Amino acid sequence: MKVNPTGWNPTMPEEIANDAGAPLTTITGNRGLMLEEALIFEIGTTETTGVDLPAPAAGAPNRLGGLDRAESFGLPGLSEPETVRHYTRLSRQNYAIDCGIFPLGSCTMKHNPRLNEKVARMPGFGDVHPLQPESTVQGALAVIDELAEWLVTLTGMDAVAMSPKAGAHGELCGILCIRAALEARGDPREVVLVPESAHGTNPATAAFAGYRVEGIPATAEGRVDFEALKARLGPDVAAVMITNPNTCGLFERDMKAISDAVHAAGAFVYCDGANFNAIVGRVRPGDLGVDAMHINLHKTFSTPHGGGGPGSGPVVLSAALAPYAPLPFTVKQADGTISLIEEADVADHLPGSFGRMSAFSGQMGMFTRALAYILSHGADGLRQVSGDAVLNANYMLRSLEDLLDAPFGASGPCMHEALFSDASFAKGVSTLDVAKGLIDEGFHPMTMYFPLVVHGAMLIEPTECESKATLDQFIAAFRGIVERANAGDLGLTQAPLLAPRRRMDEATAARKPRLAWSPEAAA
Amino acid sequence: MRYLPLTDTDRSAMLDVVGAPSIEALFSDVPESARLPGLIEGLPLHASEMAVERHMQRLSDRNIAAGSAPFFLGAGAYRHHVPSSVDHLIQRGEFLTAYTPYQPEIAQGTLQMLFEFQSQVARLLECEVANASMYDGSTACWEAVVMARRITKRGKSLISAGLHPHYVSTINTMAGFTGDVIDYTAPVLDAAADDEALIASIDDETSCVVVQYPDILGRLPDLAAIAEAAHSKGALLIAVVTEPVALGAIKSPGELGADIVVGEGQSLGVGLQFGGPYLGLFATREKYLRQMPGRLCGQTTDAEGKRGFVLTLSTREQHIRREKATSNICTNSGLCALAFSIHMTLLGEAGLRALAAENHRLACLAADRLGAVPGVELVNTSFFNEFTLKLSGNASAAVKALADRQILAGVSLGRLYPDAPDIGGGLIVAVTETTTLEDIEALAAGLQEVLA
Repeated sequence: MKVNPTGWNPTMPEEIANDAGAPLTTITGNRGLMLEEALIFEIGTTETTGVDLPAPAAGAPNRLGGLDRAESFGLPGLSEPETVRHYTRLSRQNYAIDCGIFPLGSCTMKHNPRLNEKVARMPGFGDVHPLQPESTVQGALAVIDELAEWLVTLTGMDAVAMSPKAGAHGELCGILCIRAALEARGDPREVVLVPESAHGTNPATAAFAGYRVEGIPATAEGRVDFEALKARLGPDVAAVMITNPNTCGLFERDMKAISDAVHAAGAFVYCDGANFNAIVGRVRPGDLGVDAMHINLHKTFSTPHGGGGPGSGPVVLSAALAPYAPLPFTVKQADGTISLIEEADVADHLPGSFGRMSAFSGQMGMFTRALAYILSHGADGLRQVSGDAVLNANYMLRSLEDLLDAPFGASGPCMHEALFSDASFAKGVSTLDVAKGLIDEGFHPMTMYFPLVVHGAMLIEPTECESKATLDQFIAAFRGIVERANAGDLGLTQAPLLAPRRRMDEATAARKPRLAWSPEAAA
Repeated sequence: MRYLPLTDTDRSAMLDVVGAPSIEALFSDVPESARLPGLIEGLPLHASEMAVERHMQRLSDRNIAAGSAPFFLGAGAYRHHVPSSVDHLIQRGEFLTAYTPYQPEIAQGTLQMLFEFQSQVARLLECEVANASMYDGSTACWEAVVMARRITKRGKSLISAGLHPHYVSTINTMAGFTGDVIDYTAPVLDAAADDEALIASIDDETSCVVVQYPDILGRLPDLAAIAEAAHSKGALLIAVVTEPVALGAIKSPGELGADIVVGEGQSLGVGLQFGGPYLGLFATREKYLRQMPGRLCGQTTDAEGKRGFVLTLSTREQHIRREKATSNICTNSGLCALAFSIHMTLLGEAGLRALAAENHRLACLAADRLGAVPGVELVNTSFFNEFTLKLSGNASAAVKALADRQILAGVSLGRLYPDAPDIGGGLIVAVTETTTLEDIEALAAGLQEVLA
């Protein structure tokens, strides 16, 4: 056995394949530009540093109360060149929207304009402390105020809570507003109704806020079963959480009637705004009777997903819920200055506020990016965004439905995402295999196995940022793979063959969790 | 529109394939009454990159950036020098514009980074396991309280007076809905935290004791004694670290016996950004692993036996468990975790210790200098890089007056505790490696002037 010096492939065979053509294995584990990279714990030392700081002086004053950390804690360091190289090499093992289409349904992976990165780093935004005196942060407060104005106008709602930190945090904010409103009228209720096709965050949020969750069935055409919903409404129901457009990629035609029925039963309508990109500039949720809806700034308004966050989830509110919005919030004064209302002043401005959901004032770094995005598009550009997003999704739907089962393809045009099932695949080939086949073709797969209401679901959201040429390339590759799946080509079950890694052993990862590096585990 | 690639020719060719006469026709499922016939009125039209940049620059210029004035604010968010390579690396498109790593074969960059991050955090806090991040310190703190309730099956949380008041507010808000009982009183301006009173309040119904270390006033509570007392009553100790740089100088909460450690990771790599996005740190003992909220990245192998990383133990999470999940969190702070991790890698243990030492050296200098100003008294006996001054006058007024003199003096207790006027003379002052001796002199002179 040879030891691989990068630490990546310690079990690599001694014999290196040396047939004519490309070698399958190499001494290093690298394959041309596909570069392996060890862990910092394997290449760094606790003495190495990439930052120049004064050496700690012996005998310096010490007021640490005898709590000095004496023992080494084993944190490796790298010099700057090693650091830059480590993370650059790691980055190259990622697929990203900058590399190609990223058609994850319900995730809205759109282009992240670099202007927005520049703006967020302006010193007046990037380098201000959240507790600076108001007079020194008027520009930052103006960003919050201006973005809030856009969000309220685009959604046709009455108010917006800006502080929630991501979509799920926004859901929590909306549900807590509903709870506060119900408690204020002395009518606490116990149940939140959630459709089966909802994102997992919806039931988790309702439970986190102390509600019992009950499901609502879907109709055969992929929409909320309005009759079943109406039958379930009653004095114990606090709210109905609906995603619109829904996760089957369809607009809930009955939305206004649903809202009216929910309101008549004394309950509130929470709308999951994850799919707002499909309707921005064309439909205002306020016109549909929605009481609360979070907006994922990292979806519709293009703040970067960053490999899993940060997000930002402002929540627009109806007049019925606005009095219960969380702290802090901005208020424009008569003289044009903007105040940040916190605990000290809340009684004068919003006595019903349910309180604070997190420290400080929300995701400022996301607000600046989202505002730059919105200003760049304007009212006309945003309307074109939803139009092109929906056109791209319908183009995808109609270009694939002859080969693939589109369970709701006959339900009319889809919105911003196209949904398919695995019905056409031959035995032995799954949605997962098709997804992995796409990886070998150089594409990030679509969302798999969601929504749960469709067997082997494949949910494709191209977004408005893809050209026709890109869509055609993706469609050609996808068609090729689906043909193999339909024909029962079991070779797909081995895919991907050409990615930095083959399929991962997820079962062992969960059974014997290794969640932090240790010298023993590496051996 | 510079971000939209479709041309009108493309659109009409695609509409032919779709079989629709127009884009508007694709919205036929939206009831006509809810469809806007044209542009939303009162909103501006699209703007060039230059115009947007100019607008945003004007707004930015209306703020006083921390770097442009003597600056002493802390209280949960700290200004440190972030090496240039950190921001350069997090802006690599492959990190910046990737999604949550649901397809591990083409997301090893993010996954390995998260594994390294978890490992770094676990070592820094001296806990067995850390997750892949939460939104921020305050929300991580509430999640820890909920987790302790799940573990102990008790509903009463004892919150130390030294916990950041925004964190306390967050906990109180949530507890108001969940029915958790919260026992908390605001701090007084004593030289040291009253650990004995806290310990005396722990009883057989206490689920957890939440203690910030260093605390909001910069003091260093005796975590070891509190841990022992909590454990003797079957309660958990939740330690809260809002300034992780401190752990380059002082013993870790894990070593001192904390069962769950949460923190705000902003001060390494992330930057102030007016409060967000920040980075929630969350770590605990391995035996509590399955009660943890948030994503976890684990090591495994691929079909060829090569080492690789995946998101794991997701049966705790909302997308699998739905209403039975340990938390509703989904998107977290991935890119901030990357910034933190890169900064930690650049520092290494030697660098972090040197950074902490420099912070403490300057803080000691500042405490002595400012404590010598007439009308100013240093409250703390011990501290790391942040301490509290007791001013002869109202500290909020002093902060305002100093801001008018272009000095960002610190955080007044009046801002943080509007209901506790008796501590209104308190001013929390943070000093980091970015603070110069001239800054300290400017603050000393300014304080002398406004208190005179």
